[in-house]
Amino acid sequence: MSTLTKQDSFSSLIEAAPKNFESVRTLAKVSYLAQGLPAVKAEEYKFTNISKKLEQKITDFSPALPFAVTAEHVKSAVYEGFDGDILVFANGNFLPELSAKIEGIEVSLLSEKSELALGSIAKPGKDAFAALNQATFQDGIFISVPKKAQVEKPILLLSFDQANGGQLIQPRVWIEVGDLSEVTFIDQSISLGESSYFVNEVVEVKGGVSSHVHYYRIQNEGKNVIEVSTIEADIQKDSTFNSVNISLSGDMVRNNLNLNLVGSNSEGNMYGIYLLNGKTHVDNHTNVDHTIPHAESNELYKGILADQSRGVFNGKIFVRQDAQKTNAFQQNNNILLSEDATVNTKPQLEIWADDVKCSHGCTVGQLDEEALFYLQARGIDKLQAKGLLLHAFAGEVLEKIKTESFREYCDSLIQERLGSKF
Amino acid sequence: MLSIKNLHASIEGNEILRGINLEVKAGEIHAIMGPNGSGKSTLASVLAGREEYEVTEGEVTFKGKDLLDLAPEDRAREGVFLAFQYPVEIPGVSSTNFLRTAVNQVREYRGLEPLDAVKFLTLMKEKMKLVEIDQKLLSRSLNEGFSGGEKKRNEIFQMAMLEPTLSILDETDSGLDIDALRIVSNGVNQLKSEKTATIVVTHYQRLLDYIVPDFVHVLYKGRIVKSGTKELAMELEEKGYDWIKEEVDSQATV
Ligand SMILES: Nc1ncnc2c1ncn2[C@@H]1O[C@H](COP(=O)(O)OP(=O)(O)OP(=O)(O)O)[C@@H](O)[C@H]1O
Ligand SMILES: [Mg+2]
Repeated sequence: MSTLTKQDSFSSLIEAAPKNFESVRTLAKVSYLAQGLPAVKAEEYKFTNISKKLEQKITDFSPALPFAVTAEHVKSAVYEGFDGDILVFANGNFLPELSAKIEGIEVSLLSEKSELALGSIAKPGKDAFAALNQATFQDGIFISVPKKAQVEKPILLLSFDQANGGQLIQPRVWIEVGDLSEVTFIDQSISLGESSYFVNEVVEVKGGVSSHVHYYRIQNEGKNVIEVSTIEADIQKDSTFNSVNISLSGDMVRNNLNLNLVGSNSEGNMYGIYLLNGKTHVDNHTNVDHTIPHAESNELYKGILADQSRGVFNGKIFVRQDAQKTNAFQQNNNILLSEDATVNTKPQLEIWADDVKCSHGCTVGQLDEEALFYLQARGIDKLQAKGLLLHAFAGEVLEKIKTESFREYCDSLIQERLGSKF
Repeated sequence: MLSIKNLHASIEGNEILRGINLEVKAGEIHAIMGPNGSGKSTLASVLAGREEYEVTEGEVTFKGKDLLDLAPEDRAREGVFLAFQYPVEIPGVSSTNFLRTAVNQVREYRGLEPLDAVKFLTLMKEKMKLVEIDQKLLSRSLNEGFSGGEKKRNEIFQMAMLEPTLSILDETDSGLDIDALRIVSNGVNQLKSEKTATIVVTHYQRLLDYIVPDFVHVLYKGRIVKSGTKELAMELEEKGYDWIKEEVDSQATV
């Protein structure tokens, strides 16, 4: 057992973990201790040295406490045009009293649902941070959409983060969507203050048969936020899961998105934009697992990198032997706006079935000079012409957001960042 | 209006323009002809401000201003318009948004109020009629998937929208069917006045039946080696370029 008592920055956090979900936590603890924090050479974290970042920036490895969020906070934080229901969090802790009661949907604290099979979708053995969350999360939220529910308005998961001591925030979300239901989530965190803190989030989505889940996420938090997220979904027969992730800010961000296509005729879509400046580092690791025949996955991530920012894209497509008639498409395109910006992009295809259609491609380039000249030659100034082209580049992903108000909100943030309104 | 003196320009160390002299006055139409690769598009690009070309010698003034000193967008705002030989496809940029941005930036530079959405649309409809361009084309991304002829027509439409004083049409006739050629030429003719000038680069005399030039120049190896009137174009149509090439090349070896 000596290897399982390895000491690191999180040891005391693990010691002090809450006592509920005992078997779930024990399993995760063993898994965490077996994996440890990713070492410098760890293949999965090769370009994203999160361990070092934590060592440098986090001084207090204890959970950030919930704090008082007011209705005014919420009102002023919600983006213009949002029409839906809001669930509010403070430092990862769900605040029922400030949150909407959504008709027909069950929402409760995880601690009230102690029989849940947490970690059965986002398995702790896959990633040390998912294991750490599962071993030590304080509380979380359980959301259940019943069968045959067309939830028309989006549900906004709005988190306020304020960890002035540089502490840890570990949101844990469990979502169940019944057969024949459709629902849209918007995941947004707001930093109150500029200090460094560490967010380690896990979201598990258990979809029913013929269910359709849209999961949109915007990362536009403080410049000093360090974040690892794991979003994982099992996608059943005749179901779709659409993920759109927009990253605009942060210190070091690592997004793990794992889609498991477990029922035939299912579809997993992964879209993302990372528009980065300063020294922001964003790493998108996606993994789609085709386990059954006749399923489809589509992926498009686009990066625009300025200053000394860094982007990492790693897209794994795993097609198992039984997964005949799979369609899997993946694309990652990047534009570097500065000589000091870098991108590491890597498609990773593992295909064990023979009757499949797979394609992948990645590009890293500069802005199209010819197009730029064409616009300038029509009287549009260079900066604005660049903005127009970059906006068009990002547009291909933005249009995947089906909730109009959210799409427009993201669009306006992107336009603002690109320095012009069109 | 436009005065080009001893213009030399090169790209990646290769000298393409080797001493161009050309005077264009308001109200005039100049045709530039010449064999492939002689430097016609290069001249057009240098005038429009393409940065890849390095001007190594000479000067260009436009309405008294040093044209070479201006950024491409300012040249356009001053009234220079280049209809590209190969218009660029720009996916994701809507034709309407693009044009509205362009028109309003040009207007701002000229000290005019920006056009609001309604006025802009009215202007667009008027100019669309002029070049008989389909609304459907303009609801798409800029030039994306346009046929060759549609792209050319769109160039003339943009020209109509921007109301330049000097238009440079680089082989706008190539790829146009007979009807389109007539429509495009009509557009050009309707837009011209005694305050504007046009330079048409073409390989075909037939265009010059529609857009009748005051002068015809032959560009060869980066120089204007012959100038004349529209009769020169007919002569070229008949005899080709060999006789001119021979003339020039024999002189060069002397
Ligand atoms: N990057 C480059 N490096 C070297 N030579 C170049 C480069 N770009 C263009 N050229 C050359 O410059 C010359 C002039 O080209 P230009 O396009 O101006 O010709 P043109 O007269 O317009 O021909 P066409 O009638 O075919 O349109 C050509 O010989 C071309 O190959
Ligand atoms: Mg040419």
